[in-house]
Amino acid sequence: MGSASRIGAPNSTAIGFFIAFVALTLAITWWAARRTRSTEEFFAAGRRISGRQNGFALAGDYMSAASFLGIAGLVSTSGFDGLIYSTGWLVGWPVVLFLIAEPLRNLGRYTFTDVVSFRLRQRPVRIAAAIGTLAVVSLYLIAQMVGAGNLIKLMFGLSYETAIVVVGAVMLAYVLFGGMIATTWVQIVKAALLLGGASLLAVLVLSQFGFNPLRLFAAAADRYGGGVLAPGKLISSPWEAVSLGLALMFGTAGLPHILMRFYTVPDARAARQSVFWATGLIGCFYLLTFVLGFGAMVLVGHDAIVAVDKGGNMAAPLLAEVLGGKALLGFIAAVAFATILAVVAGLTLSGAAALSHDLWVSVVRKGSAPHDEQLKVARIASVVLGIVAVLLGLLFKGQNVAFMVGLAFALAASGTFPALLLSIYWPGFTTAGAVAAIVSGTFTAAVLIFFSPTVQIDILHHEHAWFPLKNPALVSMPLAFAVAIIVSLLAPEAEARAGYAAKERRMILGET
Amino acid sequence: MTLGVLSRQRWRIAVALSAVMIVVYFGFVLLVAFDKPLLGTLLVPGLSLGVLLGALVIVTAWVLTWHYVRWANAHLDRRIKEIRAAGPAGS
Repeated sequence: MGSASRIGAPNSTAIGFFIAFVALTLAITWWAARRTRSTEEFFAAGRRISGRQNGFALAGDYMSAASFLGIAGLVSTSGFDGLIYSTGWLVGWPVVLFLIAEPLRNLGRYTFTDVVSFRLRQRPVRIAAAIGTLAVVSLYLIAQMVGAGNLIKLMFGLSYETAIVVVGAVMLAYVLFGGMIATTWVQIVKAALLLGGASLLAVLVLSQFGFNPLRLFAAAADRYGGGVLAPGKLISSPWEAVSLGLALMFGTAGLPHILMRFYTVPDARAARQSVFWATGLIGCFYLLTFVLGFGAMVLVGHDAIVAVDKGGNMAAPLLAEVLGGKALLGFIAAVAFATILAVVAGLTLSGAAALSHDLWVSVVRKGSAPHDEQLKVARIASVVLGIVAVLLGLLFKGQNVAFMVGLAFALAASGTFPALLLSIYWPGFTTAGAVAAIVSGTFTAAVLIFFSPTVQIDILHHEHAWFPLKNPALVSMPLAFAVAIIVSLLAPEAEARAGYAAKERRMILGET
Repeated sequence: MTLGVLSRQRWRIAVALSAVMIVVYFGFVLLVAFDKPLLGTLLVPGLSLGVLLGALVIVTAWVLTWHYVRWANAHLDRRIKEIRAAGPAGS
């Protein structure tokens, strides 16, 4: 505990594990590349992924470095407060299962936009939804890329720029050559590694406390006061609490890269099974991170964690070092890197689908692009997004990016979720309503974030913030719903309503 | 059972289960917002009410998910098969 951490020094074990992971995933990519000959294989893995496999892949797509390092860090520095994020990020999954997963699988082909535009006019809806998708994907990419750069710099001693380029290049190799098949298996391997690594750490922590988590929590309370087991500073007002809760819960149901995964399974039944697995795995993971956070608090100590990284993000790696020395630190560092790669690959693929399937094939080519062209455009779009991801990572160097994950969830909860939900269940929903919902939700969320205390006070160092809440979802999500409903009621669309019966039939029965 | 009836039944169950999840989670969030000392109450050494309730929110998510999947696997899929077998006229 007292000795200086080796974090930040080049760690040969970490580099060894990392090279092994990259070699394994590139071998998977090589295998997948030979099976990727059509657009359906490129974007939807040929729809041959099983429910359980997709459950692991969803977990791998969703559990980002923000949840592993960020929540463990938040728990290690403020205790209970980390649980507010963990629960919020989990409770979106049942909602995805009950309301979204099966209709989504039955109604669409590659993107959630397929579902929103199903009985509406294609062009305006596709354009609006593609903008919404790209906004969420870009923000999420910035958070992941900047996180990757900082993480790798801290753990491997590589320069920030080198780290960003390495992440971009490896991720692009997965997506470009192996498409969704490779991305799926990278996410499955990553989910297994992350859960295995977190379980190993948790067992090692608990072994020092008689395998009783309560003795661990009691030890933390003895040392840092009972406050670590009670709500702390994270939630300052009830409005803030509800707004954050809305973004976390409903954002999950509007994340394009998560929604896209439901097209990789053969039918609605498999889509349902995959959420069952994902919810189980992600819930276990969050319970584990809670133990890891408290483990780091007691075994590493508050001061040592904050000394390495003010945000506490290195709590889990530091804990690994205390428990298992350089070897375990190296393993956990490589797992964290793998985590980012898998999430970034999923994001890039969903952005590429919006560009090529929604914008190029459906809008520019009006749905009749030859097969080779679709696949070619999909690959070009992937390269474009890969380059954009690297540039964004370099551009936002040194910025506090934690708020961007929150913004991405708020954008998804306000920009995509309302339009998706209404398009599935409301016969009276119209083209104008859908466009208005996506545009107003995305725009309002983005503008309110700009005027929030997070940007105005923390980043721009102004004295006041015009908008009082850190998270805009409390305003922007109900607003998007209201705009959607009012616009649809003011100008009914007879064709859209007439198309609902067919949509309902296919949503329940699938393609018959 | 016709498609319309089945669709409405699925909708009712989906809304009811979502409502339970929303009430449980926002109940937890509002307790965090309004009564921090209550959640800090120790039930036994090392276990505060807040930590217990947080863990129960996660367990609730699992139970609801399991419940829906069991219903859909048994009931929904069978009805879908029947309606499909009846052909377009059956709807």
